[in-house]
Parts: sequence; structure tokens; C-alpha cells
Amino acid sequence: MEHIRTTKILHHHIASVEKLALTTSGCPLVIQCKNFRIVHFIVPRERDCHDIYNSLLQLSKQAKYEDLYAFSYNPKQNDSERLQGWQLIDLAEEYKRMGVPNSNWQLSDANREYKICETYPRELYVPRIASKPIIVGSSKFRSKGRFPVLSYYHQDKEAAICRCSQPLSGFSARCLEDEHLLQAISKANPVNRYMYVMDTRPKLNAMANRAAGKGYENEDNYSNIRFQFVGIENIHVMRSSLQKLLEVNGTKGLSVNDFYSGLESSGWLRHIKAVMDAAIFLAKAIMVENASVLVHCSDGWDRTSQVCSLGSLLLDSYYRTVKGFMVLIEKDWIAFGHKFSERCGHLDGDPKEVSPVFTQFLECVWHLTEQFPQAFEFNEAFLLQIHEHIHSCQFGNFLGNCQKEREELKLKEKTYSLWPFLLDDLKKYLNPIYNSQSQRFTVLEPSTVSFNFKFWRNMYHQFDRTLHPRQSVFNIIMNMNEQNKQLEKDIKELESKIKQCKNKQTDDILTKELLHSIHPESPTLKSSLCFKEQTLLPVNDALRTIEGSNPTDNRYSDYAEEFSKAEPAVVSLEYGVARMTC
Amino acid sequence: MRGRGGKEKLFSDRNINLQVRLCCPRRNNRTTQEPTFQYDFPWLASFRVPALPPGVVLGEQPLPPGVPSGSGLEAGPKAASPFYPGCSGGGGDCEARGPSWSWLTRTCGRHTQTWPSHSPKPRSSLGQRRCPPQPGAGPGFPPRSPPLRPAQRWVICSSAAVTSSRCRGSAVPWFLPLGGMEFAELIKTPRVDNVVLHRPFYPAVEGTLCLTGHHLILSSRQDNTEELWLLHSNIDAIDKRFVGSLGTVIIKCKDFRIIQLDIPGMEECLNIASSIETSEWRLSYVNKEFAVCPSYPPIVVVPKSIDDEALRKVATFRHGGRFPVLSYYHKKNGMVIMRSGQPLSGTNGRRCKEDEKLINATLRAGKRGYIIDTRSLNVAQQARAKGGGFEQEAHYPQWRRIHKSIERYHILQESLIKLVEACNDQTHNMDRWLSKLEASNWLTHIKEILTTACLAAQCIDREGASILIHGTEGTDSTLQVTSLAQIILEPRSRTIRGFEALIEREWLQAGHPFQQRCAQSAYCNIKQKWEAPVFLLFLDCVWQILRQFPCSFEFNENFLIMLFEHAYASQFGTFLGNNESERCKLKLQQKTMSLWSWVNRPSELSKFTNPLFEANALVIWPSVAPQSLQLWEGIFLRWNRSSRYLDEAYEEMVNIIEYNKELQAKVNILRRQLAELETEGGPQESP
Repeated sequence: MEHIRTTKILHHHIASVEKLALTTSGCPLVIQCKNFRIVHFIVPRERDCHDIYNSLLQLSKQAKYEDLYAFSYNPKQNDSERLQGWQLIDLAEEYKRMGVPNSNWQLSDANREYKICETYPRELYVPRIASKPIIVGSSKFRSKGRFPVLSYYHQDKEAAICRCSQPLSGFSARCLEDEHLLQAISKANPVNRYMYVMDTRPKLNAMANRAAGKGYENEDNYSNIRFQFVGIENIHVMRSSLQKLLEVNGTKGLSVNDFYSGLESSGWLRHIKAVMDAAIFLAKAIMVENASVLVHCSDGWDRTSQVCSLGSLLLDSYYRTVKGFMVLIEKDWIAFGHKFSERCGHLDGDPKEVSPVFTQFLECVWHLTEQFPQAFEFNEAFLLQIHEHIHSCQFGNFLGNCQKEREELKLKEKTYSLWPFLLDDLKKYLNPIYNSQSQRFTVLEPSTVSFNFKFWRNMYHQFDRTLHPRQSVFNIIMNMNEQNKQLEKDIKELESKIKQCKNKQTDDILTKELLHSIHPESPTLKSSLCFKEQTLLPVNDALRTIEGSNPTDNRYSDYAEEFSKAEPAVVSLEYGVARMTC
Repeated sequence: MRGRGGKEKLFSDRNINLQVRLCCPRRNNRTTQEPTFQYDFPWLASFRVPALPPGVVLGEQPLPPGVPSGSGLEAGPKAASPFYPGCSGGGGDCEARGPSWSWLTRTCGRHTQTWPSHSPKPRSSLGQRRCPPQPGAGPGFPPRSPPLRPAQRWVICSSAAVTSSRCRGSAVPWFLPLGGMEFAELIKTPRVDNVVLHRPFYPAVEGTLCLTGHHLILSSRQDNTEELWLLHSNIDAIDKRFVGSLGTVIIKCKDFRIIQLDIPGMEECLNIASSIETSEWRLSYVNKEFAVCPSYPPIVVVPKSIDDEALRKVATFRHGGRFPVLSYYHKKNGMVIMRSGQPLSGTNGRRCKEDEKLINATLRAGKRGYIIDTRSLNVAQQARAKGGGFEQEAHYPQWRRIHKSIERYHILQESLIKLVEACNDQTHNMDRWLSKLEASNWLTHIKEILTTACLAAQCIDREGASILIHGTEGTDSTLQVTSLAQIILEPRSRTIRGFEALIEREWLQAGHPFQQRCAQSAYCNIKQKWEAPVFLLFLDCVWQILRQFPCSFEFNENFLIMLFEHAYASQFGTFLGNNESERCKLKLQQKTMSLWSWVNRPSELSKFTNPLFEANALVIWPSVAPQSLQLWEGIFLRWNRSSRYLDEAYEEMVNIIEYNKELQAKVNILRRQLAELETEGGPQESP
């Protein structure tokens, strides 16, 4: 066998395994993955198929954290390297970059031992004038104890983005400490006395919560607040929306009209737009009105994370760099307790807790990169890679649901951090046309007119290569950029050699060795060769897809044959990886 | 001097097979543009028309005044002036000149010659020598890659131009005949080594294959071995086969001999095969007065075996007189795309023997073809009531009919109106936007058209079958499909010149009624039933393919947008009128300027050039899945959003590419310098 293609699928990526009705050629097995890959196997013997089916079912749903891949993944690093990896992102450093602590904001040690809020990190920044009793009092009035804390501080405007969970206000309850804390937040902003309170839920949902003793802030009880609903749906709506979207995408012989009506009825883009609109509202409040903003939803770890992080991304160009984006995810998602393990279904748990909240955030960022192609240091591949790893369980970053849980799991000792591995491959993730200098990109003002939102084919059809452009402008430009750097180097080298040569000639003391050393190096030849190759898609099968992209792949309706199913010669189950060899 | 500028251009570009001068009289000196439209038929060179068409005799046509009629070296330079009407001759007297339409000019090195016909042609050095071959590199063998070749092309000037086209109105450049050409001109590969000759009852001979002007020669270059000398005119038929990269050409001769040549290398083999193949096609001038088919150009390509009388009969059987003509010839396997109007079979199932004979004449023996009807079966059946119809299986047993449903007329117009309306309303929420986009059906039409074009291309390239495409009139969806299939199949049509030629050939000459279709666009309240964005849909489809193969096109999106603008409103005459005949009557060539002459100026071209272009000789298969098709923002959202950031990003991209070229050039210069220094240093060093 000359040509062996191996498809590796992590067990953790398996979202569902399905056995279809027996056919003449064997028993079909369909595996749907969390990274939107769909694989069809045909296993010749039904018994084998059944065995594989059962094993995969078990392997894809682990009961304990310790069984996850990250705990056995060994990239051959020693402990100090591992530790360095984990120290790459330092949030204290990040708050310093923002300009806190300062005269108005300070580090609170209230949650040092996770006593006030288990799902918050240890280090929290609060207004300097908010005393510990106020904090404690406020936390008792907030769902899961998630009291208002600083998420992002805008140094120029001296305005802050704060986040919390919903108040336990019910129909009439109030809490003076909470009111004081909000007061303190608005006072911490010397420019503007009023602050916005953004409830990211639809008004109806918030009102329904009042019946359960929760709810939203009453404007009458809080002085100087402007209350605003922004209407992002809850995790269950998002989950079924994605479900519908994937169903539409999986339809064979999909017509254009079915695609668009499916896209519409799934509501996916509507939800994306809602998140984006909320983030823009947030950014505008800070940029235009100089007002601080407090963001919450129900528990303050899903929609709140989306809106705060996206809002900061719009405001601060640092978060649009590779490192900054990592920091942003560490801060607003990991540290503030977005429940990655539950939302991504790392363990065999409640399927109702699974929801593509983080995926939506990545998609919003992608939409921004589409509108502002030069504003981001990273490219689409970076987003896709991060998405891959929130599900892969290969690294420790996204395991667990909050910092406390992660410490208990001793993730920093037992697993590796994703970020250094991404930085190792940095070249792949850089945007060749990134413009870091441009002043215009300090604050992004995206347009949210509906037609600006497009279906993210490269995410949801990542692995259906026939649907993608056969030649990627982006990759070519990226390679060319790389090549330019190499050429610049070559020019310097050549120039210095010419100089040497000239000097030697004038000195008339030529030594043979030097001349020899000049000759064999022909960097241009090398680099231009590799350039030629890379102009086609750099993905392994580029050549094949360009020329041979066979028409049957392309769904020319009548003529298209049924999707040819890969018939695996060997299906072996190894630890952690199902290997398909065709 | 206009004339001089034009001439230089004409003879400087050696890569152009056929250059045709567009008559573009300038009444004042508004511009000093280059009125040359270089028109090339990428596939035309691959078949030859052995004899000149009747009525056209080279060298015997009256030359325009001011041109010495004698043969000789002077003809070229001096003949340049009459290319420009207005410089000499003038338009008034040209009617009298009859069917004179061109002369052949041969550029050979610096000299330009006009050969009078029937005068002995200078034989190429290849053909003349018949010395017995000698061992080794015998002198009997043509020199390796004759130095003449690249420069030595027939440049055919449609001085046509001056006379015929102005009077009879063909703006351009039809296929200018390769008639009277030397065979040597068709030789693509003059020589291939390691060819194995198989003949029955003889041992196989390995040797070098040479093609000369008249012979195919195979020699093993051994002493005392026989050589094969085969006259091209003895070749009756050719078969090609491929096993891996080894190609086999089976030559069947008129004296019943059959020989087999194994030629290593697919490309070599194809070149050899197409060099010795004889054409099954001819040019017909049956429509020269636009009498047979008002919407066809004066010259069309038809099967050689069908005479003009038969064509006239076929024309009465096809809608609008649009008898089947050649649209595209696929070099790789010799398959063709033909197009026509619907057959007028009517309710009583009329048939036309000549029609059947015509389209069967395009099939190789034993081969089957496909008829792609761009209407659904239902619509095609309904058309019978109005006298139209489709080809009955019984009468066309060698053809398989496929119905595809491409919409036309008001349905397309409404689709466009809805789409533009949806795009213009910024207040739509997401659901409303998506449902409006869906309801416009625009992308559905795109998908239908692309799917049909892919199907056509697939029949040609994958199935190796010829196809005939028609809808009702054969002026709308038919042209969409034939032209898109060429974009997919033919690399040349993805270059700027090639695409211009495609538009000229498949839309303007083929009689797409631009005047009717593009009279109004999406906003006008007055709706005429013949308005339809057929051409815009075509451009959109090209854009979709361009997006999927961003490096395979020489032009960029702006080029397509520019064509869209000019099809609807233009200061140029190119898109005026509904067909050649109308353009002729309107005397557009005298009264207006050609779009191409403007576009092809370097300053304009630079705006339309794709910086990423890298010639891709492959067939490109686009994806037609709904996820792969996108709304063409450059057209439909152009005025509805700021594209500043996107434009800047594009500029940055271009900068990177430019910088790359700069660096490469610099590195090369430096390396040369270094090498020079080394060689200078070398001798100094050695003593």
C-alpha cells in the first residue's frame, strides 16, 4: 500500500455514534464529532460494528476527570517547562496592564479562599471604596454569590466593565450592600456618575426568574443606574439552534432554498447578531458616554462572558493580538468560571448543560475578522484550533468548570497548558495583513446589518473539503509573507558577501575557501521553489483537490452519486484514538 | 500617429495566435487609445480548415486603396494603414468590395509578408529536405525545435476590418481561417524521442518521431533500418489511448494500413495527435447576409460534411434559424459543445433529416452524445404547442437528452428586483433578511446554471462525449451554459483576453439580445417581458468560480463588475444592439468605440488584473453546494456598506505580492552580481 491516509479522531471529540441499518456491504457506523466532523464507517461484520459501537460509546463519555486525555497526554516536557507553560498567561500582569489597582480600584482578598464565591477566581478587583462587608452582603444577594467585580478597566475613559450574576430580588427584595456596591462602581468612574446595568437576557426570561426569587435590578432602588435588557437567549435555545443548523448542513442534496430557510429557522445567525449587538452596546456606553457598565445574565458565566469578552475585544486592540486573545479567554472565560466541562460535555453528564456558548464567541470574533481583516494578529486557523481544543481534553486549560475545581484537580501539575503549544506553531496562526500600527483600529465599530453575517463554512464544514475554495488566498499571502522575510535575509547576506568579495578583490588576497563558501548557498532558488509549491493549497491533498476534485463531490444534483463512504480496511481501537485506515 | 501605434502592437505580441483589429473609427482625437482587439481562439488552432472557404480567395481580394497589391516584403508595414478606417479608403466605397475579408500576414522575424494565394509558398526547411537520414544526428532530421517557431505564427488581420466588417457589420473577428496555412504551423511538437512503432508482422521499432510540413517520420537512427515516412494526407483517422503516462496513437491510413505509435508523456502524445489530426469542421459563410439566421454572425463553424444548402434547411427547423453551430472544441479529447435554438418539431413531431445529419456528423463513430435542454421536460413539452419542442429519441438515437431547468425572462427579473430590494433595506432583522434572500431565489438560479454548466463540462471532459445545448431561443440560458462550461474547461478563457474573447464569441456574436435584456435593471417600474438579468447571472456564476479558484483567473472581481456596468449602460458601442446584424445596421463600428479598446489599455488593465494569477492548466470543478455559493457583495452590497476596510486589506495583499516580486528581482540581481564577481575573481586567482 503506497498511499495510506489515516484519520484520527479523539474519543473526546465524539459527540454521537449511530449505527444505521445493515446494508449489503456491511454495517454503517456514523460518528458525529464536536468539531463538526462527520465520519461514516462501514464495518463488514455486524458483530464487530456492534462491539465498536459499544466501545466508542463508553470511551467517548468518561465518568472521571482523571480518565481524560489531558492526564495521559505527554508531550515530553519536564516539570519546569510545564510550569513555564502555565505561567505564560498571568492575569495579575493583565490587570496591571489595564491600569489596576489604582486610586479607584483595588485587589480584594475577600475570595482568597473561595469563601464568598466558589466559581470566581481568588483575585478579584473591586472599587476601592467597597468594604468587605459590602462585598459579602452583595454576594449574598447575587445568584451563586457572584457579586459585581471588575472585568475590564478602560484606562483612557476611566470606565469599567463589571460582571456579576442576577440579583435575588424576586418581586420586591432589595439589598443595601448591593446597592452600595453598584454605587461604588459608578463612583469609581470620575467622569460619569451614572452607570449602565445590562441584563443580557430577554426581558421575558428575566421576569420569569422573579418568580423563583431571582430577577433583575429595580431602577428605583439603585441610584444612577440605567437598566437595559439586550435579549440573548439561554443555553438551551442555543443548543437546539446549533442542533438545527447541523441538521440542515447534513442534509444530502441540499437546495439553496432549504439551506437558507434552515439557516433562518435555526436562528443561529440571529443569536450571533444578538451577542454582537450586546457587545457593541457595551463598547458604545464606554466609548461614547464614558459610562461604566455592569453586565449580568442569570448566573453570569455564559452570556456575561460572551458580552464582556467581546466588548473588551472591541475596545482594546491588545486582545486582538495572539497573546492578548489568550489572556482574554483566560480572564473572562476560564477564570470567571465559564463551565467548560459541562458546556462541552467533557464528562458523561447532564446533556442539558451542554451548549455552544464559547463557539458562539469564537464565531463573533470570526465575523469581526471578516469585517476588519487587518485588525487581528491571528487568523481563522487560530480560532478553529482553539475550538478544537476546548473539546479535545488534550490540555488542561478547559477542563473543569471553575478555578477552584481546577486547583483541586491539580491540573497545573498533571496536565499541560495549551497556549505554549499554540505559540510554538505561531506561524500558522498569524494574519499576514495584520496592521498593528493603524490608529483606526483602536476601537472597532462593526456593522450589524443582517447581511454582514454569513454562514461560517470553515467552522461548520471544516472537514468537508469539497465545499471550500480550492485555492486559498490567505495561505498564499501567508506563505508569501514568510518568503518575503526569508528574501530580506537573503538580500542582506548576499549584499554582505558582495561587499566581502569586492573587498577581497581590491585587497587582492583572495582565499579559495571563501569563494567556495559563497557558491553553494543559493537561497533564492530554495525559497522560490517552496513558494511555487505552496501556491496551491497547503493542505496535504491540495493537488488532488484542485485537479481531481471530482464532480461527484460537488453535488451536481442528478449526476452526483451518493456520498462515497470510506471503507476502512482496519478499524483498531487504541488508547484515546480511534484509527481509521483506508 | 495612430497607425504606427497599432502596428507595433499588432506585430509585437508573439503569443497571440490570431489578432484581429477592431474597427474603431475615431471621429475626433479624444483619446489615443489602442484600437486593437486581440482575439484568439484557443481551441481553433487545434483543428485545421484545409481549404479556404468558397468565395474567399487569398490575395485576390481587392486591396484597399493605398496598398500595393504585389506580394513582397513591403506589404506588411504599408498595409497597416488601411486597418484604420478613416486613414485611407474610407467607408463609402467598401460595399463594392464584396466578400473580401482578410489577408494573411505572416510574421517571420522582423519581416512581414503577404503571400498571394496560389503562389508557391516558401517551403519550410523542414519539408524540403529529403536527404537520406544518416547515422547519429543525421542532417535529414529537422533541427531540434526550429528557431522559427515561436515567432512564426500566422497573424491574421481582419482587415476584414476595413471592408467587410464595416459594411456587413461583424464587429469582429470571427474565426479567422487557418485555411491556406502551412501544415507546419499546426505542428505543436516537432519531435519526440523514444517513440515505439508497432506494425503488424514487423518487430517494434523504437526511434525518434518527427513531424514535418508534409510527413510524419519515424527513424531509429540506426544504420540500415527502414524509416517510416507517412504523408499527412494519407492519414484517415486517429485514435488516442492512455495507460498511465504512456500514450498510444493509432493511425489509420487511407491505404488501409494501421500503425500504432507509443508516445511517452501525455502532453506530447496529445500534441502529436492533434498535430496530425484532420479537422471535421469548416467555416460557413451561409449567413453572410444575415438571411439564414438574423441573430447569428456572418461566419459560423459547422461540421465539414454539411453543406450550406443543408444548413439553410436546418435553419428552418430550428427556432430563430439558429441551426447547431460549434461553440467549443475541447482539445484534450476532441469533444465539442454545440449550441442551437430548439427544434421546431411542433405537436405533430416534425423532423428534419438534415438536422439529424448535422448533429450526428459531430459524433465520432460509435460514440454517443448528450443533448442538454436547459428547460425542464414539462416546459419543453409545452413548447410543442407553440411549434417548438425537443429532439425525439427515435430520430436522434445516438443522443441522450437531459433536461435541466434554468429559469428565464420575468422570473429572473423578479428575482433580481427582490434581491436588490432585500439588500437595500438595512433595517431587516436577521430572519427577515434570510427569508428575503431565500425568497429572491437568486442563488437558486446561480446554482441551477452552475450545475448545468458543470454537467456540460463533465460530459465533455469526463464522459468524453460531445454535447448540444439549447433552450428555447438558444440566446440566453444556452449561452450561460456554453460560456461557463468553457470557463471550467478551458484555461485560456480564464485570462483577460480569453475572457473578452469568450464574451465576444459566446454573447455578442452568438446573439444574446443585450438591448432587450439589459434595457432596465432592478428599480424601473415599467416591466417589459423580455428584460432579464441573464448576463448578470452569468457574471455572478463566474464570480462564484473565481472565489473558489482565486488564483486561476487572470482578472479580478472588478473586471466582472465593469462588464456588468457596461452591459447595462455604456459609452461604448460593444454591448449595443441585440445581435451582429443590428450592430451592423447601426454602423456601430463607425459611430462608436469599442469597450475592449479601452479596457485593454495598460492603465485600465492594471485595475482588472488579479495579482494572484498563476496559470492553471487544469479543468476547474466548482462546488455548487449552497454552502459554497455566496451573495456577490461587490455587486449587491456595493452601495449599502462601506468597503473601506476590505479595500485596504486587498491593497495590503497586493503590496505583499508586489514586495515579493521586488525582493525576488533584487535577489536575482545580487546573485548575478556575486557570480560575476566570482568569475572576475576566478582568473585573477588562478595564476
